Amino acid sequence: MGRITLDKVRKAFGDVEVIPPLDLRIEDGEFVVFVGPSGCGKSTLLRLIAGLEDVSGGEIRIDGTDATHLSPAKRGLAMVFQSYALYPHMTVRKNIAFPLKMAGMDKAEIDRRVDGAAKVLNLSSYIDRRPGQLSGGQRQRVAIGRAIVREPSAFLFDEPLSNLDAALRVGMRLEISELHKRLATTMIYVTHDQVEAMTMADKIVVLRAGHIEQVGSPLELYRTPRNTFVAGFIGSPKMNLIEGAEAEKHGAHTIGVRPEHFQISAEGGTWTGTIGVSEHLGSDTFFHVTVPGFAEPLTIRAGGEVDLHYGDTIHLTPDASQIHRFDAKGLRLS
Amino acid sequence: MARAVTTQRKIVFTALAWGIGLMIFFPILWTILTSFKTEATAIADPPVFFNFDWTLENYRVVQERSDYMRYLWNSVALALGSTFLGILIAVPAAWSMAFVPARRTKDVLLWMLSTKMLPAVGVLYPIRLILIQLGLLDSKIALIFILMLINLPIIIWMLYTYFREIPGEILEAARMDGATLKDEILYVLTPMAIPGIASTVLLNIILAWNEAFWTLTLTTVNAAPLTAFIASYSSPEGLFYAKLSAASTMAIAPILIMGWFSQKQLVRGLTFGAVK
Repeated sequence: MGRITLDKVRKAFGDVEVIPPLDLRIEDGEFVVFVGPSGCGKSTLLRLIAGLEDVSGGEIRIDGTDATHLSPAKRGLAMVFQSYALYPHMTVRKNIAFPLKMAGMDKAEIDRRVDGAAKVLNLSSYIDRRPGQLSGGQRQRVAIGRAIVREPSAFLFDEPLSNLDAALRVGMRLEISELHKRLATTMIYVTHDQVEAMTMADKIVVLRAGHIEQVGSPLELYRTPRNTFVAGFIGSPKMNLIEGAEAEKHGAHTIGVRPEHFQISAEGGTWTGTIGVSEHLGSDTFFHVTVPGFAEPLTIRAGGEVDLHYGDTIHLTPDASQIHRFDAKGLRLS
Repeated sequence: MARAVTTQRKIVFTALAWGIGLMIFFPILWTILTSFKTEATAIADPPVFFNFDWTLENYRVVQERSDYMRYLWNSVALALGSTFLGILIAVPAAWSMAFVPARRTKDVLLWMLSTKMLPAVGVLYPIRLILIQLGLLDSKIALIFILMLINLPIIIWMLYTYFREIPGEILEAARMDGATLKDEILYVLTPMAIPGIASTVLLNIILAWNEAFWTLTLTTVNAAPLTAFIASYSSPEGLFYAKLSAASTMAIAPILIMGWFSQKQLVRGLTFGAVK
């Protein structure tokens, strides 16, 4: 079981309130991602749940029992850190066995569990090495191994992939998702990378300056962002936000159209612009188009290879059903 | 761009380095040489360097007149005792300052160091009177305690510097893994800080071994270490340079040998964290 409830949890460092009172429910077995720009309080929130920081107010409940003032060890949670935080003086085996040794488990059971975890994570051939002799990806696996042997009620991940190179990151992303499917244990995952959030989460919590901006499934956030911040943060490349006369035509202060929701044509369309930089990826082509009267260039996604280049004129028609409308405060208009 | 160093410059600098090194080493060399001379050769003018009749007479006389082993044992007890006690107190202190700093931690560190700037003689009488009251004058226990207190600021400072280099996340991981504070310090922090603790121990042994002010003023016979052994040859019967030198050589030999074998560890310890 791993149901975690935050009730009016707040955190202040001195006079600075980094997390104003906040409510959140995390169901058992859910994969929840906290996402937001750096400094939004997502790591602090995770550390409050872990017990590594004391709350300044409110209540944290794990499986119905009050855990607000329990020490990290007593909460039954396991954490994987950004820097892996392996014990450099211990072998892989001892690293993975450490939490079991602390729990006072007998040696035969420890060996059985460590060997099991090492096998699942493909660590068996490195089991007697020290962390210093492993690559980044292997170290991350050891950190995950150390977390899973305890069979915790929930896993906490603090930006676990940001020290890995791009190719390895994609691989580890899949491995963690796979692990979640197999263990069906609650996972809370902190990242600033919205692609990780979109691909891994059952539920995304978007944070800004300690506030929860929106909670929902990846596609809910993609389809109906509650405000311009979520609209701009979720989706890659980010949504085009247009203010002024064009927005007023739709009865809004700001309208948003995602790069993939445009028809492009050489003959005619709603807006006409000039292509600036274009990025040809093979599977997709992204054009950055300057439209007279718009404050910012638009980003347009065209499927496959499109033979348009710098300086060409392009006609754009936004998909009418995919135009998001926001008021002057940035909130979504239904 | 790498700076070009000509061979000529290298030679000049090497010669200079050797010159300074020899200058620092010369008094020790001179003491050792003098210890093998007769009293007459020791004060010969002009001084004699190697061309004299080598003799072990001084060592024999010194050994006969005073019990070297007793002083040596006292020195060992004081140096090891005060270092062990100091480390025991300094590890938790440095841990708290490095990993759970409060608003005034920096001030506390500076205040501790400032106690080293106080002239020791300023508190000599209060401490002496306290020891007399307690009946602990000329006792090893009291001296171990005082030497520990004197070197404690330096031990804490050194350990604090080492601990600061250890990422806090590793200790947090230990906490998540169910380690109590004791487990955390015993199984995670201390093994990771072993090189730092080793250099601190070595330096502190040397400092305690060489400490002369308190060991001379608070001991008479029972607790007197090698510093008192040397001092006993310096004044009372006029100046017997050769015997004084023999006593000095015997007093510094153990620490010199220890320093020689641990120099790599010491240099690493003293420059740790300076270049990163």
